[in-house]
Amino acid sequence: MTALLYLIPIALIMGGAGLAAFIWSVKSGQYDDLDGAAERILYDDEDPVDSGE
Amino acid sequence: MSATQILQSEAGCPSGLEPAIDAGIIDPAPFVRRLRDGTSQLELSVYGAKCGGCVAKIEGGLMTLPGVASARLNLSTGKLAVSWRDSAMQPRRITQKISDLGYRAVPFDPHAAMSQSDDEGRFLLRCLAVAGFAAANIMLLSVAVWAGAGGEMGPATRMLMHWISAVIAIPAAAFAGRPFFISAMSALRKGRANMDVPISLAVLLSLAVSVFETLNHGRDAYFDAAVMLLFFLLIGRWLDHRLRARAREAARGLVELQATAASRLRPDGNLEAIPAREIAVGDRILLSPGDRAPVNGVIEDGASEVDVSLVTGESAPAGMKPGDTLYAGVLNLSSRLVMRATARTEDSLLADLTRLIEAGEQGKSKYVRLADRAAALYVPVVHSLALATFLGWMIIGDAGLRVAVMNAVAVLIITCPCALGLAAPAVQVVATGRLFKSGVLVKSGDALERLAEVDTFVFDKTGTLTLGRMSLSNRDEISDEILMQAASLARASRHPLARAVVDAAGAGQLAAEARDVPGFGVEGVIRDSKARFGRADWVGADSISQSALSESWFRIGSAPPVRFEFEDRLRKEAAQSIAALHARKINTEMLTGDRCAPAARIAEEIGLSPWRAQMTPADKISRLNELRATGVKTAMVGDGLNDAPALSAAHASLSPGTAADASQAAADFVFQGDSLRSVVTAYDIAKQARKRVLENFAFAALYNACAIPLAVFGFVTPLLAALAMSGSSVIVTLNALRIRAEKDGL
Repeated sequence: MTALLYLIPIALIMGGAGLAAFIWSVKSGQYDDLDGAAERILYDDEDPVDSGE
Repeated sequence: MSATQILQSEAGCPSGLEPAIDAGIIDPAPFVRRLRDGTSQLELSVYGAKCGGCVAKIEGGLMTLPGVASARLNLSTGKLAVSWRDSAMQPRRITQKISDLGYRAVPFDPHAAMSQSDDEGRFLLRCLAVAGFAAANIMLLSVAVWAGAGGEMGPATRMLMHWISAVIAIPAAAFAGRPFFISAMSALRKGRANMDVPISLAVLLSLAVSVFETLNHGRDAYFDAAVMLLFFLLIGRWLDHRLRARAREAARGLVELQATAASRLRPDGNLEAIPAREIAVGDRILLSPGDRAPVNGVIEDGASEVDVSLVTGESAPAGMKPGDTLYAGVLNLSSRLVMRATARTEDSLLADLTRLIEAGEQGKSKYVRLADRAAALYVPVVHSLALATFLGWMIIGDAGLRVAVMNAVAVLIITCPCALGLAAPAVQVVATGRLFKSGVLVKSGDALERLAEVDTFVFDKTGTLTLGRMSLSNRDEISDEILMQAASLARASRHPLARAVVDAAGAGQLAAEARDVPGFGVEGVIRDSKARFGRADWVGADSISQSALSESWFRIGSAPPVRFEFEDRLRKEAAQSIAALHARKINTEMLTGDRCAPAARIAEEIGLSPWRAQMTPADKISRLNELRATGVKTAMVGDGLNDAPALSAAHASLSPGTAADASQAAADFVFQGDSLRSVVTAYDIAKQARKRVLENFAFAALYNACAIPLAVFGFVTPLLAALAMSGSSVIVTLNALRIRAEKDGL
């Protein structure tokens, strides 16, 4: 049973880290544009660098 | 390829979801924010962007402008933020560019406070996350306690589990319970009790009892129940909030419709851009083609065709000359006009309509939603039951205060309004998603409930029963060659008849030297001979139609003129939809601003009666009020700006996606596409949703009827409470999901 003494804190810390990450992501506006973000990954950041052709 | 043709084929959403918007260009100069480091920033609302391709196109297009450092479009809200460093760059080039790409951009006015970011939503989401985290962790510990109840777990370990649960539950409840505590407090201060009062009581009491039990080495603690209660209720709350936020966004306001910037002619002849609300009576305003009149005024100089559909609801443009009156919101189509303002923005026609709309909306806000009506019944019953349980155990039983309080708390928890709190939002989310698939946008949370109660549908004619735009009706009589030639001229004009010819002909060339002659038509050169397309007398033909709006003539060189005939076609499945409504025992009525003869023809064709013609916006409202006075609940279907007040005055309202912005803002539902069938679908789904909500309430009542006796007599354990709570929530949600299988109307 003594395993509980460190297992429960570890579980709580891991869960708490997930919670903190989620709250941070809400705060930083990552849920503000759900539709756009999904599409944004599909296009290039900039025009291709001139490859000399 | 001509410039016009490029515009035709490449403008607008590349996915084809939304056609290019032929919009005027507003000078956003007054709305530019200049920062100290030399950067300028501008926020715009962009209309017409529907897919990732649009984002790439708009952002990419703007980045090609000199000095633009960043351009970012939020696809969900349609908000575009641009910043640039080159102070020489005209802000007008940004709106110009967006317009060239086929979208409409309107400056985002910070004064209108539309940028209110969704703070409330984020708050609920944070609470939901905390409650979810706490519920999951406490449940892990509770499962261990329940599993060890047979004796494998010693009292010391159980105590430890309870203490850890308490350490998680108390701060979590203090954080995640705020939405309920705040609302309960404000209700209590006003001397009323809402649904949040029993919720707050249940959470606070069960936490207090559990701490007390833990201190006294008791066996049962309700930490898991308290937090899970919050978690389930927050899901319902958040769903409900998201629906409302979406509705608000869809409505985005009439404020933007008022051409936010105007070009004022200074006495010295120079132009300056000013915000529309700074226009004073007597100012001379320049209206370029594509501009909307910002205020009421009189034309001083120039002649042009003006799209007055926003005001009268009729699709035919009006020819305007010096001395004619322009109402705020009308769109200048063909050439430059100088108008003298006769009213400020607050006194203009558009503002009057806004006031009428607001009056209607205030009436609607008095509507009490089903869930609130259920809560009004529920609150006193639960409170008196819990109190009766407490008193009963105190007086009759001899178990003492501790058991009495435990059982009273069990009653509060087991009758938890989880099922009640989820019942309506879950159904509405599913029904809204189902309607979205059929192209119907639901704009307010209680719209579905109101539509389900309706017994009479009132229709506007132009643009609602009909498509509201002219289309070529004698295509068969015109040879392909003539059509292509006429279209090559028509591409140079914004006149609705010209657009109809272009629609019929498709993409193609623009004729040489083609130019728009306001009030007459278009002329140009085709195969070295002069060609004209427009009014009969101008082209040199004998008109055979009374109305100048239903025909147009084309003549090339000295060849005989060819007649093009136009009509405003009925929406698809109009007659079937009206019949379907009748089959559902719904009355129909038509109110139109148009003349009697066309109204009678349309009404006859689709089997709709009674009908009234030549109605003003005020007439329409008084007719709706007349119907209401006799106890009839009406749904108004309309599209013109003149319908907007009637839309907001009706019990429920629908408008097509082609409607004026103000009408879309005033309506509860906006349906896309050319078919009237969506109206029937919306009604059917609303009916279904109401049925499901009532079923869910019935289930919640049944569940309470079984659970309450158990709780009152002290048979409820924390395990039972947790099972009952999650079980009832799942059943309610599954019942809501059944709406997804509902078929389209007709």
